[in-house]
Amino acid sequence: MNDLALAARNLLRNRRRSIATMLALAIGTAAILLFGGYSKNIDYSMQTAYVRTGGHLQIQHSDFFHFGSGDPTAYGISAYEKISEAIRKDSVLGPMVYVVTPILQFGGIAGNYSKGVSRTIAGLGLRAQDQRRMRDWDDFDLQLIFPPSPLERSQADAAIIGTGLARVLHLCEPLKLSDCPEGLQPGKAQGEALPDDIAQLSANEAAATAPTKSNTSNTIEVLASNSRGAPNVAAVQVIAAERQAFKELDEVYLSLHLPQAQRLIYGTETPKVTAIMVQLHHTADIPAAQARLPVVLSASSEGQRLSVLDFRTLYPFYVQSQLLFDMIFGFIYCLIGSIVLFTIGNTMNMAVVERTVEIGTLRSMGIRSSGIRRLFVVEGLLLGVAGAVVGLVCALLIGFIVNHLSLTWLPPGSANPLPLRLSILGEYRMILGTVSGLVVIATLSAWWPARRASRLIIVDALRHA
Amino acid sequence: MQISDDDSGTADPVAVLTAVERTYRSGEIDVQVIKGVDLLVRHGCFTVLLGPSGSGKTTLLNMMGCIDRPTRGEIVVAGTHVNRLSDDALADFRAKNVGFIFQNFNLLSVLSAYENIEYPLVLAGTPVKKRGARVSKLLEAVGLTDKAKSRPGQLSGGQQQRVAIARALVRKPRLVIADEPTANLDSKTGASILALMRNMQRRYQISFIFSSHDKDLIAAADDTIFIKDGAVRSIRRKRTDGEVVKVER
Repeated sequence: MNDLALAARNLLRNRRRSIATMLALAIGTAAILLFGGYSKNIDYSMQTAYVRTGGHLQIQHSDFFHFGSGDPTAYGISAYEKISEAIRKDSVLGPMVYVVTPILQFGGIAGNYSKGVSRTIAGLGLRAQDQRRMRDWDDFDLQLIFPPSPLERSQADAAIIGTGLARVLHLCEPLKLSDCPEGLQPGKAQGEALPDDIAQLSANEAAATAPTKSNTSNTIEVLASNSRGAPNVAAVQVIAAERQAFKELDEVYLSLHLPQAQRLIYGTETPKVTAIMVQLHHTADIPAAQARLPVVLSASSEGQRLSVLDFRTLYPFYVQSQLLFDMIFGFIYCLIGSIVLFTIGNTMNMAVVERTVEIGTLRSMGIRSSGIRRLFVVEGLLLGVAGAVVGLVCALLIGFIVNHLSLTWLPPGSANPLPLRLSILGEYRMILGTVSGLVVIATLSAWWPARRASRLIIVDALRHA
Repeated sequence: MQISDDDSGTADPVAVLTAVERTYRSGEIDVQVIKGVDLLVRHGCFTVLLGPSGSGKTTLLNMMGCIDRPTRGEIVVAGTHVNRLSDDALADFRAKNVGFIFQNFNLLSVLSAYENIEYPLVLAGTPVKKRGARVSKLLEAVGLTDKAKSRPGQLSGGQQQRVAIARALVRKPRLVIADEPTANLDSKTGASILALMRNMQRRYQISFIFSSHDKDLIAAADDTIFIKDGAVRSIRRKRTDGEVVKVER
């Protein structure tokens, strides 16, 4: 009859109370794990979304991150093909890398002059095939399906815009967008001609991008300042509108083929890009890739001052969201931990009162006060382990059921509904942390009553009615 | 204290109390329960403490059983100055040298009769095989072999007290303390428990000291110590020839 067996029998002495206490702990454990699983899933979903659109790492001009938004083209990277090739062929980076692709960010104004409207935009030149590959990335096996980009296999002057921008530019009807009100038509006469100078610039650009027939109903003009500060215009065919995560972005987003964007910004000069995106097979490889990239860049960047930034730096919203969920998780943990502390403490206190004579008897038989303390602490430990294990099993069961209900939800910062899943199974660190933490709390909560029991005066304990 | 001419057992007493006092605090008042007791308890004897309620019998028993400490004075049990021991050392001393039989039996309700008797041996770290042999022997001695697996709740009062006696004896203590062991039993069961204790005391040559109002118990005792108002009033000792002598004080 060791301490563990005796403690187990003592717990079974008052089954209803022990089961109620254990259930309180089990519900607490399950609640923490379910929220943890939900929060993990949000983390993975957001990470997947960011990595699919922006890669794990971006190589940028050293000052681009801080100053580039004012004048992106001033911080262009030349020799980007050479750098990309060097990354792909590097013996260390090569096996880690999934996609390496350049992008060109620029600012400008998009105008639908036939409707008399224009809007400042955030433009993005990209390689559609690379983007499609990036959208396949699924390191966490979330099976999120992003629709293929309409830009792929489209004409050279094709563009995609945010649904908000489509609305502002009165392109809902030509793009056959639902849930996209046309609103009031501008007061000016419709179909007014482009200003002469803009029309001339546009015509020049149109000549350079041969296949386009301009002035169709979904043609817009994009005005941007080129690398020397002079204005340049390109007429582009809006082939689709895609909803962006935030309204602010949705109303300014425009993406087009990289060569088209480069012609608009650099004209006949040597084309540049503002970043090279590096998507790895696994997020866990980021530190290794970050350590290796400077070596590769020093050999291939032709002396340009470049920096490597990971997606956490590039997208502070991701980190802030993670911190928010971590804080909520910590708050819930503390709340449930306190409930466990008081529930088990109360149960053990009642046990001490009920077993006062028994404590006196055990002490008279020669058990040291530390032995009495150990006995009650072991009971708390057993309650903790039983409750945590039952809670874990419940959480896994509920997680399994929820994951098979095909529920979806629209998280903040996401344009598309995502599957509602609870990532519990496989999250061994979270499971171990939650279970062991609550077991420790349960054990500690038994410590104070156990101490009280161990300090009872033997003759008083034996006299206890 | 003067001892009579029949001093068998006094050369190696199991307990010696010298000028022992015990005062309890009751609210704002100090209550002196034991007032300067000098006492020698003979080894291997069946000793009874006799006295009216509140005379200090239980307090004296508790101090001899090392579960209470005197406010003043010296107590030597089995040759050890017990009131000089630390709490842990005193617990170890009790485990090895003192057995207890309680009025309410005080068996552990979650353990079977066998396990209750075995428990002190488990605490002592006795090997399983040796434990089994010892417990079985005692169960047989108290006539409860067939009740080995019964929990206290499934046993009668007499049977529970038999288990308690076996538990008190399992580690072969030098001294067994019994506070009114038959008080909660009917007269017939009480008599059988008394016979059992006497039998065990003789068989294992253990010193028994208990408090009682039971006339049968008193008659069966080797030594009878009369206590009143916290002081020993007289001691009567049964000589080997059966004659009872009064120890001068």
